[in-house]
Amino acid sequence: MAIGVKVLRRPARADVSYVRAMLKGMTLTFKHLLQPTWTMEYPEERSVGDAARGTWSLAPRWRGTHRMLTDEQGRSKCVACGLCPQICPANCIKLVPGEDEDGHRYPLIYEIDEFRCVFCGYCQEVCPEEAIHVGQHFENAEYERGRFVYDLERLQAQTHPVSTLWDPSDPRGE
Amino acid sequence: MTPEQKAWLLLTVVKLLAVFTLYMVTITYLTLLERKLAAWFQNRLGPNRVGPSGLLQPIADGIKAVLKQETLPAQSAKAVFVMAPSLAFIPALTLCALIPVAAPVDFSFDWTLPLVGRMTWDGPLPMVVADVPAGFLLILAISSIGVYGIALAGWSSNSKYSLLGGLRSSAQMVSYEVAAGLSVVPVLLLSGNVSMGEVIRAQQASTWYVLPLFLSYFFFLLAGFAETNRLPFDLPEAESELIAGYHTEYSGMKFSLFFIAEYANMITVSAVTVTLFFGGWDIPFTAWDQSGGWLPALASFALFGLKVFLFIFVFMWVRWTLPRFRYDQLMALGWKLLVPVLLAYVMLIAVALVVVEQGLGVTSPLARNLALFGVNLVAGWLVFFVLDRGLVIRGVAGRAPPADRSLPEAS
Repeated sequence: MAIGVKVLRRPARADVSYVRAMLKGMTLTFKHLLQPTWTMEYPEERSVGDAARGTWSLAPRWRGTHRMLTDEQGRSKCVACGLCPQICPANCIKLVPGEDEDGHRYPLIYEIDEFRCVFCGYCQEVCPEEAIHVGQHFENAEYERGRFVYDLERLQAQTHPVSTLWDPSDPRGE
Repeated sequence: MTPEQKAWLLLTVVKLLAVFTLYMVTITYLTLLERKLAAWFQNRLGPNRVGPSGLLQPIADGIKAVLKQETLPAQSAKAVFVMAPSLAFIPALTLCALIPVAAPVDFSFDWTLPLVGRMTWDGPLPMVVADVPAGFLLILAISSIGVYGIALAGWSSNSKYSLLGGLRSSAQMVSYEVAAGLSVVPVLLLSGNVSMGEVIRAQQASTWYVLPLFLSYFFFLLAGFAETNRLPFDLPEAESELIAGYHTEYSGMKFSLFFIAEYANMITVSAVTVTLFFGGWDIPFTAWDQSGGWLPALASFALFGLKVFLFIFVFMWVRWTLPRFRYDQLMALGWKLLVPVLLAYVMLIAVALVVVEQGLGVTSPLARNLALFGVNLVAGWLVFFVLDRGLVIRGVAGRAPPADRSLPEAS
């Protein structure tokens, strides 16, 4: 086998023992009976994305609900360059650019449909101002479909930690 | 009716109600135990939302089953479809009447009640609802009736899955009935009686029969797994192939009846195993449990419950460990292995009994059982180390692969 497939021979009759194999399996399951359980009791215990990294934590590269970062004045960092709606494979970002009297561009409308989003993280990767981010957060259940469209205000109000995207020059995150 | 008969009737009704209630409560909580054990075997927690650590879960399940809408498949044989769950349920519950659960109690009363008149009782009261002289035979007979419920449920559902499940179940239960019957013949040879009470008394006089007949015990347990349709013999409800087998089309309380029947059969097989091979309610190394008081009766009942629980644990342990047999393997195991081996074993024990008792003149039952234990060691070595060489279950290893598809030599 050229590609290194390990071939297992069928066991010869002399090697086969059903009763002993059965006892071996039952010993194994009995050991599991005595081991501590691994269940996360979800509503009481939750995965958190912070640096504390408790028993249950999200991976630093977890891509969840979006978050728009803001500058010191509380304005969004977005300059409405239009790269994120351009690269978005799910076409879920709606951006209408505006310009103030000083010639600074800002988003008049910035909406992300979390329902359409595939959480690829391209928007974060492409953003030149490090404004839009995907975050370490996944609990976005709503009572109606319309609530899944996050406007700029709601994106800015998110507080969860943002995700660290994979860096090709540092593939192991060191 | 004489006053004695009236008292007997009253006591029987009381025993019946007590045993039935206990049985149903145990079954209810076995469903929770099964789910909890399943979880623990897989490092999970199991149901823990309803009540403290999930203890009220069976009640919630029961309410849900009663409130659920029941469906009736189109083109089904309606009368049979409705009747089948009770046909599976009734024999399973009837069996609880035949197993002695505690030591007999000596007591007497002489009451005169309005309407019924005078009733008297004086003497030992056997702690079994029906102390039938044909005990074990009746258990075999009633448990065979249980297959009708399953086969009819499969047939009447007008569903291929159900039909296949019902057919498999009838084939399996009929086949393993033979093995179960044969594996108990040595016990009956030793005790000389088929009454459950007498079998326990014979074990108290010598040793528990698991010692002189442990192969018999092993095979009875094996057949018991098949009789109760539990893994690794749960072909009638093989989930991957047959959805749920014979009860695919059942919903609500009718489905629950099948479920209860399965757990009831599990308790019965455990209780019969305990009675035949582990001394029933007998507390070993003491005669105190036969003194006839209430305290010994309670203690022996507790020990009986513990023994039965241990076997139920084994049932669940096996279920969450072993994979399902293939259908031909199941049939081959039953007919090609168990029946011939058990016939040979019955002959061996019969010959050994004659040789030990008449040839060597051993009269003490204890010495006789020890001698049979020696015989069993040899037979057990033969079964577990010689027969169990790919012969017990002939897997794919037993078949030569076609020449053109043979595997290359491992390097």
